[in-house]
Amino acid sequence: MSNNLQTFTKGLVKENPILVLLLGCCPTLATTTSAINGMSMGLATTFVLVLSNIFISLLKGFIPDKVRIPCFIVVIASFVTLVQLLMQAYVPDIYETLGLFIPLIVVNCIVLGRAEAFASKNPVFPSLLDGLGMGLGFTLALTLLGCIREFLGSGSIFGLTILPETANILVFILPPGAFICLGFVIAIVNKFKKESH
Amino acid sequence: MKYLIIILSTILVNNVIFSQFLGICPFLGTSKKTSTAVGMSAAVIFVLTLATLVTWLTNRYILIPLNLTFLQTIAFILIIAALVQMVEIILKKISPALYTALGVFLPLITTNCAVLGVSLTVVSKEFNYGGVAHMLSLGESIVYAVGIALGFSMALIIFAGIREHIDLMEPPKGMKGTPIALITAGILALAFMGFTGIV
Amino acid sequence: MVVALLVITAVSGGVLGLVYGMTKDAIAEVDQKKNEAAIKAVLPLENVTYVADTLKYNYEGVDMTFPCNLAYDANGNFQGAAVKTNEGGFGGKIDMMVGFAADGTIKGTSVLSHSETPGLGANMTGKFKDQFVDKNPANYKLTVTKDGGDVDAITAATITSRAFSKAVDKAYKAFEANKAQFMNNAPVEIVTPDADVAPAEENNETMEGGQDNE
Repeated sequence: MSNNLQTFTKGLVKENPILVLLLGCCPTLATTTSAINGMSMGLATTFVLVLSNIFISLLKGFIPDKVRIPCFIVVIASFVTLVQLLMQAYVPDIYETLGLFIPLIVVNCIVLGRAEAFASKNPVFPSLLDGLGMGLGFTLALTLLGCIREFLGSGSIFGLTILPETANILVFILPPGAFICLGFVIAIVNKFKKESH
Repeated sequence: MKYLIIILSTILVNNVIFSQFLGICPFLGTSKKTSTAVGMSAAVIFVLTLATLVTWLTNRYILIPLNLTFLQTIAFILIIAALVQMVEIILKKISPALYTALGVFLPLITTNCAVLGVSLTVVSKEFNYGGVAHMLSLGESIVYAVGIALGFSMALIIFAGIREHIDLMEPPKGMKGTPIALITAGILALAFMGFTGIV
Repeated sequence: MVVALLVITAVSGGVLGLVYGMTKDAIAEVDQKKNEAAIKAVLPLENVTYVADTLKYNYEGVDMTFPCNLAYDANGNFQGAAVKTNEGGFGGKIDMMVGFAADGTIKGTSVLSHSETPGLGANMTGKFKDQFVDKNPANYKLTVTKDGGDVDAITAATITSRAFSKAVDKAYKAFEANKAQFMNNAPVEIVTPDADVAPAEENNETMEGGQDNE
């Protein structure tokens, strides 16, 4: 049981996909212009991650080793298309904001990485926990980055305006700000990692 | 003239890395040395152009007529994966020298957001090159892909050069490696923003 | 080996086809709702029915078509039109709708989709677009002040401002060119919300009477 708990929690902090493993940078930089965008992207990715982990774990006996990567890709791509269709129908505003990056969940290194490293070698329930943990860790990091960028760039958090418009530093919701913010956040995480050793 | 505008805007104005955020993982991963950067760039130029060609044709002549555009994501990523496999096999047979130079980068390109990203962009976004907003034709799509790949290469090689210099200095302990690289990329992105408005 | 891949692909394809079938209607509805909301926003009129049509116009040498929604009141009088237009902005195509009253005065503008820079061009959906309301392009030049016009551009977002103004200009010119045919010819069959109630007969008579009087 404690093993399963560890499987779940490692994705949240210790092996956080972006901040520690440095995977999934493209959506991180692109969709964190606001906290809600970052959170939506994280949740969509978590959805795909959990389902693909479950199914790949279920099918691991059926998939021959030589074609495993293409098979993983088909499974992942199917769930991504599923998410795409559902979002387009039921949350169209978020779908338009996230745009190209929803189909790009397919090539998100985290999803394929977890399928290859964990789900294809472990039973279903641990795979589910692994996917959930990694996905939520990803979501947390995205939301954090989104909060920071939204606060500095638009003076608001989750849409609630806190600072007046004159205090907005526009660059933070533009591409350069994305790189700089992520750089500083990872630097701070690195500092804590080093101190805890 | 229109093609010149496409090339200029994809390399400078809407640079795939500094403006569109595609291809960041290989950007951070293969930019530690200029030689690896050059190798990755060559592989990307090749695969990106070929992939855009095949996916554009597939979309136009198979997906649209059969009303299967919702299968774009699956179809495109499978085509890209298959294409990369094929290129690897052909390269091994035709030019072992080129294979040893580029071969290790090819599997990485399958999960490069830039390839899938560009394939999807050219079939779904309308551009206003040449005045009227329209979906890109095959020729325009290929020129777009080449431009994107050249922009990627330029960004990668410049960045690798800068990173080699940074490694010679001593950044603060927490900043070493990725963080300082990201901040440098941010400054580069800021510089590239200066190109906006030229087309 | 390949069989496994084919089986998985076939099953995925099938499942996705199912989901697509289920969500197709919801997706179409989303587009429709967006259109309706935009029409109401740009042409805030009471008791009118909308008829979909297309305007054709040759703008600066290029033939263009503009989907539009013509508004007619209960008596079949033309009240205005909501015209869909677009122009290439800074980051891509800007899709928008402009509402014109029968005399050509702009009653509202609404951006349907765009890829402009957040914080700069994207601000066109705020105060910028409101400056067009109640202006008649007959005496309001639809170009930015930098180009000698009357439109106040967004600071540091001239390209977006220009594109927006041009889109409105296109819609206006197409509207004016085609206006005459809408004024006099109310469509024969107006579907009003109360079509099942008795007054429908009277409506028809009034209309036919109107047309005879031409």
